[in-house]
Amino acid sequence: MTAVQEYRPAEHHFFESAGGEFLYLVPSGAVFGLDGLSKEIFHLLEQQTLSREALIGTLIGRGYRLDEIESTLHDMEYYDAVVSGNPKTKFPPLPAAEFPLQRIVLNVTNQCNLACGYCYEYSDDKIAKPQDKPKYMSNEVAEAAIDTLIRESAGRPKLHVTFFGGETLLNFPMLQQSVDYANRKAGALGKRVDYSLTTNATLLTEEIVDFLAEHRVGVTVSIDGDKELHDRMRVFHNGAGSYDIIAPKIKMLLKRHRTNSIGARVTLSSQVREVRRIYNHLTQELGFQGVGFSPATANPDRLYAIGNQKMDDVVDQFEELAWDYRDYALKGGQHYFTNVSDTLKELHSGISKAYTCGAGLGLLGVGTSGDIAVCHRFVDSPVAQMGNVMKDGVDHVKRRDFLEHHHVGARPDCHTCWVRPICAGGCYHESFIHTGNTAASNLHQCDRVRSWIGTCLKIYGEISVHNPKFLERFED
Amino acid sequence: MKSFQPINRKARKMEESRIAETGDVQALQENAANAPGRIYYPLGCALSFAPGWEVDVSGGTAGLCQPVERDLFDCYLGCAWPAQVPDHVSNNPDWTDKCATATNDWRNVDVVYP
Repeated sequence: MTAVQEYRPAEHHFFESAGGEFLYLVPSGAVFGLDGLSKEIFHLLEQQTLSREALIGTLIGRGYRLDEIESTLHDMEYYDAVVSGNPKTKFPPLPAAEFPLQRIVLNVTNQCNLACGYCYEYSDDKIAKPQDKPKYMSNEVAEAAIDTLIRESAGRPKLHVTFFGGETLLNFPMLQQSVDYANRKAGALGKRVDYSLTTNATLLTEEIVDFLAEHRVGVTVSIDGDKELHDRMRVFHNGAGSYDIIAPKIKMLLKRHRTNSIGARVTLSSQVREVRRIYNHLTQELGFQGVGFSPATANPDRLYAIGNQKMDDVVDQFEELAWDYRDYALKGGQHYFTNVSDTLKELHSGISKAYTCGAGLGLLGVGTSGDIAVCHRFVDSPVAQMGNVMKDGVDHVKRRDFLEHHHVGARPDCHTCWVRPICAGGCYHESFIHTGNTAASNLHQCDRVRSWIGTCLKIYGEISVHNPKFLERFED
Repeated sequence: MKSFQPINRKARKMEESRIAETGDVQALQENAANAPGRIYYPLGCALSFAPGWEVDVSGGTAGLCQPVERDLFDCYLGCAWPAQVPDHVSNNPDWTDKCATATNDWRNVDVVYP
């Protein structure tokens, strides 16, 4: 006997926005609007699976013509919004072997002049063991790392070097040399290198800022808000807060450096969670035009760990601020909450990630000794290591092995989740801190990630209806 | 407006790819705005497949009712088909130098390698 193949909705997230109905399709990441007949088809199939005959019969009974039913049903099947039979779950393919490198993160030093309570390099959750490694990266190691980037970049015309620490500016002379070296080497091959650095801003001087501006180095400043909030966690080794030192330097940086983006990166912890207050201070008092928030990566036992209940409150605050973003966007204005703009960009492009981030794929981290790790967070740690730039370069066997084990298809907890085209399982470092396994999905964050992306989809829907022109800024 | 409407770039790209796979050729459409879907094929165009034109009654090319080279030169001289023949105005002015009489010399009109 041949089983009658019944139609049902394919994997999706349904949402309503601006008075309309939308489907976010999984795994494609495509967003479609439902209207009239497609709305009827979707809601009928949501209630129960139906054979083609039963579905068409019901719709004809509701006054639709056969040709328009067949045409719309064909559209919805073509785009995988409705399915029949038992199609297999689809995943993006594994990348080609020796995927071309685009970016390296140089941990230019493992030293820092601050002692922030939550630091993943120095706090209780640290995984790096830099004791037998040089404290500062030498020019030779940096140059070998840049050579490795260029060699491994295949045909990519645009490369990127990120300077990271410890505190990056403790090794500023090496940074200057590296920029000069990379420009020369890449320029000779017709490639271009862009730069960025992360800093705590304590060591910024006018000379340094002028160099950064001249070479269009993007800057991310780690700062947690106003003096009271910032000084709770971001302190010098003697316990003194760093806000008073950095505030005037940040104003000078924002005034003198206009050639690339200057963003603030806020680390939220149990002690610092006032999202709107922090946002207002950083944008209105200091003048940042980009503020991103991230909870401290922490084992739940740590005092600075936010914990589930407080994290729910943080996400509520995120969503409140995200609606402010919506208000600005509908008027064509500028809002600086980058967690929203980054997500909207991904939703607009319809990204469908095979990997949660570029670590190990287009990006690798390099430590002071030249050891290569999957990203800067694993530099000098016992896991996710893949070669040394001073010896044989990238260990492609280990890199391939990492990519095979961290692909979204290899994270079974994600296989029934609608948000996997954007999340793909979450940060490997966060997984490792929580479970001891870099490949485990970050199950402790799933509900919050779905809630956040759900909110951003509603905002996306509203903007797409009321001010679609705004979305052009997210196109390359 | 379609009932199932693409919204983000991915959805629009999927629609574009679908049209590329299954849609009609639009390039030579006459008066496209008023008569969408009606395709204009110019006389002599390779898209026009008719017995006696591309093939003869036996399925071969020996007894064509018109010379095959007419196809080539109709494209070259009279047709707006965008990528059929080299641009003889600025890039390949000598392209037909060795072809004084199309019916005799058409084999001398060679492929152009950019």
